[in-house]
Amino acid sequence: MGKTLSEKIWADHVVRSAAGEPDLLYIDLHLIHEVTSPQAFDGLRLAGRKVRRPDLTIATEDHNTPTLNIDKPIADPVSKLQIDTLRNNAKEFGIRIHSLGDIDQGIVHVVGPQLGITQPGMTIVCGDSHTSTHGAFGALAFGIGTSQVEHVLATQTLPQSKPKTMAINVDGTLKPGVTSKDIILAIIAQIGTGGGQGYVLEYRGSAIRALSMEARMTICNMSIEAGARAGLIAPDEKTFEYLKSKPHAPQGADWDAAVEYWKTLNSDADARFDHEITLKAENISPFITWGTNPGQGAPLDGKVPNPADIADVEDRGAAERALEYMGLTAGTPFKEIAIDTVFLGSCTNGRIEDLRSAAQILKGQKIAPKLRMLVVPGSARVRLQAEAEGLDKVFLDFGAEWRQAGCSMCLGMNPDQLTAGERSASTSNRNFEGRQGKGGRTHLVSPLVAAATAIRGTLSSPADLN
Amino acid sequence: MEKFISHTGTVLPLRRTNVDTDQIIPAVYLKRVTKSGFEDGLFSAWRNDPEFVMNKPEHKGATILVAGADFGTGSSREHAVWALQNYGFKVVLSSRFADIFRGNSQKAGLLTVIIPQEKIEVLWAAVEVNPSLEVSVDLDAKNVRFADEVIGFEIDDYTRWRLMEGLDDIGLTLKNIADVDAFEEKRPSFKPQTLPARS
Ligand code: SF4
Repeated sequence: MGKTLSEKIWADHVVRSAAGEPDLLYIDLHLIHEVTSPQAFDGLRLAGRKVRRPDLTIATEDHNTPTLNIDKPIADPVSKLQIDTLRNNAKEFGIRIHSLGDIDQGIVHVVGPQLGITQPGMTIVCGDSHTSTHGAFGALAFGIGTSQVEHVLATQTLPQSKPKTMAINVDGTLKPGVTSKDIILAIIAQIGTGGGQGYVLEYRGSAIRALSMEARMTICNMSIEAGARAGLIAPDEKTFEYLKSKPHAPQGADWDAAVEYWKTLNSDADARFDHEITLKAENISPFITWGTNPGQGAPLDGKVPNPADIADVEDRGAAERALEYMGLTAGTPFKEIAIDTVFLGSCTNGRIEDLRSAAQILKGQKIAPKLRMLVVPGSARVRLQAEAEGLDKVFLDFGAEWRQAGCSMCLGMNPDQLTAGERSASTSNRNFEGRQGKGGRTHLVSPLVAAATAIRGTLSSPADLN
Repeated sequence: MEKFISHTGTVLPLRRTNVDTDQIIPAVYLKRVTKSGFEDGLFSAWRNDPEFVMNKPEHKGATILVAGADFGTGSSREHAVWALQNYGFKVVLSSRFADIFRGNSQKAGLLTVIIPQEKIEVLWAAVEVNPSLEVSVDLDAKNVRFADEVIGFEIDDYTRWRLMEGLDDIGLTLKNIADVDAFEEKRPSFKPQTLPARS
């Protein structure tokens, strides 16, 4: 019987396997940021251990960095302490770091691909759940906890038990105005936030093949919101093309050898998945979330659901609580929901294509009265690229704020937060209670819906602008 | 991590059940960037009370915590284990532990021992009469001894072996580090490295 893609990558990284024990997996790349690493380094220090492979490790500052006045000292003492600690640890243990102000600084999951250190067939870990982003290159990439960070630092390996495999087939052609964000929101609404638990998801089918690398990253990024260990997409010519010009792409003979290997990275025709689901691309329309978990989503054309119509008792209770928190009334058309803040950014949708697609809609338009819009590039390089293309002007002329790179309003850990009761349309990945600030209400949307919403002031898609 | 074969020390009798990890170490202490120095946060809410057992001079230097049932419930924070260890505890005895806490403690080398509630009561009573009572916890013999009492306990062989060898997860992997060396020998040269930096 054939192997699935994730089984192939797994097999290529088993350092040791023994009956009754998890496999010991080799880790090709370890990404680090300021929040989940301090105690891991302290653990090394207490035990007198070193980082085994500084050359397979890279750090950036992203989660609690400010996106304004980045040349000034960080005001929040906890953030400052974590960032200073990361800088000191990187220095002490010889790890490459891209600090605030550095041209390669940015959200850890934007920086890896952009440097070309994210490549097909790798194992990649980071103390952050959205590490699944890197799966877009056909890498097995997953988030880990702080004690595992320490384990990888010390040994470059991780004991792991083998996940199950799920194929998610998306066939057909997407309608105009529908993006990969809508695909993944539709998938999570279908399988639920626990539907991927214990699985590695492999996204397949003609609609996935048609997506750009950046759009693929958006899908893989949110695999974790379906509860999955990881999500991946087999590499193809688009992947190789994307990587070719990147700084850390293999050179010369290594490039040829790499491509030859990368071409073997797909699920065999006779491979068996533990589970399989299929979606038709034509049936997907712009999608938004109405509740407080990413599975509580629906097509934007619809209405706020009535919990009484939900058969499952637990889901019904969850929907009731969500509507209460979100301040929504059953039956309200989504397009009538007024928004206070639009956030365009994060490791889900903070890349150059996301900014371009939003700018195209905002060009020549004016922001809705009383609405604020934050545009936060995922990395310093994305910011520079956008400025080279004049996108910053488009955003500023429209009436949006143009910020420095970082996680920003994706999570309430830095100064960019919602206030209690404030309602956002956000291109990020989590709509949990308080995620964007205490009492904040989040609707997850695509960059296109974010842009149209900023123009109209209520949840909208570009089609509503005509 | 230190090897644990047996330990003899005095007892802190904590007559409370359902001590959750927020009580062991409150959330405000989680902002720190170290794994050490959490002793000041241990049971900090209760330590404001001069009558709290930990504030009594006769229990100074205790290394064995004897607690009520369901110790370590609540959030999975590993800081709870660090706080107990930082303060100087080597063993916690209870009739029941929360699973995640127990898992965390065993990985970090804090021995958690389950003995029946009636024996916990006997031990509490004995320590309250004589705070300097010496108690021995013997992982090799799998028993707890004080005065004339010998109380056997169960622990799975694998955890016991790890504790007696002083092997945390990293230590275990390092035992097999030759396998990692061998794997690295065969890694293809096209795999990326972060150093030297290119940008
Ligand atoms: S942008 Fe959001 S999801 Fe992504 S790494 Fe930052 S905080 Fe996590």
